[in-house]
Amino acid sequence: MKFKLISQIAIALLTARLKQSLVAAFGVTFSITMFITLLSFMGGLNDMLDDLILNRTPHIRLYSEILPSPVQPIEQSIHNADAYHFVAHIKPKNELSSIRNSEAIMDALNQDNHVLGFAPKTALPIFYNLGTIHLSGILNGIDIDAESRLFSFQDYVIAGEPIDLKNTPNSLILGIGVANKMLVQIGDMVQITTSEGTPFNLKVVGIFQSGIEELDKVQSYTTIATTQKILGKPASYINDIQVKIFDINMAPALAKQYHTLFDTEAIDIQTANAQFETGSSVRTLISYAVGITLLIVAGFGIYNILNMMIYEKMDSIAILKATGFSGRDVNAIFITIALSIGLIGGALGLLFGLGLSAIIGEIPFNTPSLPTVTTYPINYNPKFYIIGAIFSIITTYLAGYFPSRKASQIDPVDIIRGK
Amino acid sequence: MEKKTVIEAIGICKSFQGPTEVKVLSDVSFAIYSSEFVSVVGKSGCGKSTLLYILSTMDTNYEGDLMLDGVSMKNKKDAVLAKVRNEKIGFVFQFHYLINEFNNLRNVMLPALKMGKFTSEEIEAHAYAKLKMLGIEKEALKFPNQLSGGQKQRVAIARALINEPLIIMGDEPTGNLDKKNSDIVFDIFKELVETYKQSLLIVTHDLDFAAKTQRTITMEDGQLTHTIH
Repeated sequence: MKFKLISQIAIALLTARLKQSLVAAFGVTFSITMFITLLSFMGGLNDMLDDLILNRTPHIRLYSEILPSPVQPIEQSIHNADAYHFVAHIKPKNELSSIRNSEAIMDALNQDNHVLGFAPKTALPIFYNLGTIHLSGILNGIDIDAESRLFSFQDYVIAGEPIDLKNTPNSLILGIGVANKMLVQIGDMVQITTSEGTPFNLKVVGIFQSGIEELDKVQSYTTIATTQKILGKPASYINDIQVKIFDINMAPALAKQYHTLFDTEAIDIQTANAQFETGSSVRTLISYAVGITLLIVAGFGIYNILNMMIYEKMDSIAILKATGFSGRDVNAIFITIALSIGLIGGALGLLFGLGLSAIIGEIPFNTPSLPTVTTYPINYNPKFYIIGAIFSIITTYLAGYFPSRKASQIDPVDIIRGK
Repeated sequence: MEKKTVIEAIGICKSFQGPTEVKVLSDVSFAIYSSEFVSVVGKSGCGKSTLLYILSTMDTNYEGDLMLDGVSMKNKKDAVLAKVRNEKIGFVFQFHYLINEFNNLRNVMLPALKMGKFTSEEIEAHAYAKLKMLGIEKEALKFPNQLSGGQKQRVAIARALINEPLIIMGDEPTGNLDKKNSDIVFDIFKELVETYKQSLLIVTHDLDFAAKTQRTITMEDGQLTHTIH
């Protein structure tokens, strides 16, 4: 009953200054619209860039590397134990650059319930032979099924079918940079030479475009079996195991565990791509800062309109107080005005924000580096809408707080006698 | 003479703090009984309006004591005084102070809606009855700015009556009206006292008006000089 009365008075005062109230509400609408659009767009962009790198990057990579012996004999000497030792005469051994005991490791990974999946890989440096010209490159032997499932490999094959890699013996999928240089198409044969000088002929079954030009100029893909055949190595010869786990945050801990367990090098995604997360979080921070600034500006608009309303409606406030409305009632009336401006403006802002981001999401956005993206990326995260709604209410409440307090402290005697 | 005391001022003093202290009221004491029609007259600046605002509980900065319906109004909280004003005092000012965004009927209903004792249907019926009593029920659904000065003042009187207050206080209620409308307002007040046993306290500088009331209190330099019955 009492709330009904207060809201009726609030509505009467609002409609008395309908134009200004609408302008104030529009300020909130505009700022919430921009807030939602900005965050959705920035969120979409962040997700796209994350996908670009993170989805194609293993969470943990197991590999072997030629490294010097970590403990040199002289360090084990009991003399001068705390001195600095210069002599490092044990040089790296000529080892196979394959992961030792790879089959057992893969079995273990299959059993591990942290692991979503893994894709083994054998990479070897090669030359693409084009008449007398040799272009250096890297031939990756991959498990095409695992690679497609875990790292969306098929998305980046822009011509041909990835599955043909398995069905056609001695085939490869060529990076678009190399393919363009060599003027080859699907079905053509290309000749490659290994670093040891062994020539080999492979049939092109697909063209690959990763979006990272440097990669497309050198990389090409074939099956693991083909690389092992080119190298003349046994089936257990694997350079690299790319592991994807369920919880990406566990990657550093698991990497450390695998390093000791499997006796291989292990690097996690956080260490390998540290700069990436920083970029995402800074972009998000900037969009929040801009959005909240817009809201604060809208808050000043509401503050102004309420102040004006209080000066204009001084008489009404005085008579309300004279006829028995307490300061708290008057305060509630003006807070109600502020909040209804905020709620109406905010709700419209959320709708317009959704609309505007949907429109942006339809704008074509074609870039050769991102073959899977055809329109501007938009992230429709409900979190943005919740934050927008909460902030619109908080800022309008704060904007209404001081004028309302002033209205509640108006002394009716001053107004009535002032005439 | 054993009538019920409605409002009683006991030694009320008030001074304004300025560069020098100005004493506006000094030791004002009097009482108003039920169904009494009292007017306060005096020259401008004699403190009669100040006295009225103290009696109305809107001004709380004074010395002395104020008894309303036998209860002291001294040192009461804002919300309590607001409730007292709402339930026990009706106001008529020189200007009507109607809220232009509401129609006349709603303006009259407002204090009763605030009191919240009756449903809004009942309040509407009461408000209609008051407007009818004052002969302006036809204007109920119009807005205040569509009425003449005299009609507005009658709507304001209806608003003062809506909660059936103990006392109606008026600050120059006819000050802004012509002779004809002043007479109408006076007749209404008279009828309220005689028919409805309403107590009235009217501050005015219209001596003709004052002469027709039951009791006239004259003020001079913040003191009561004499009372005419």
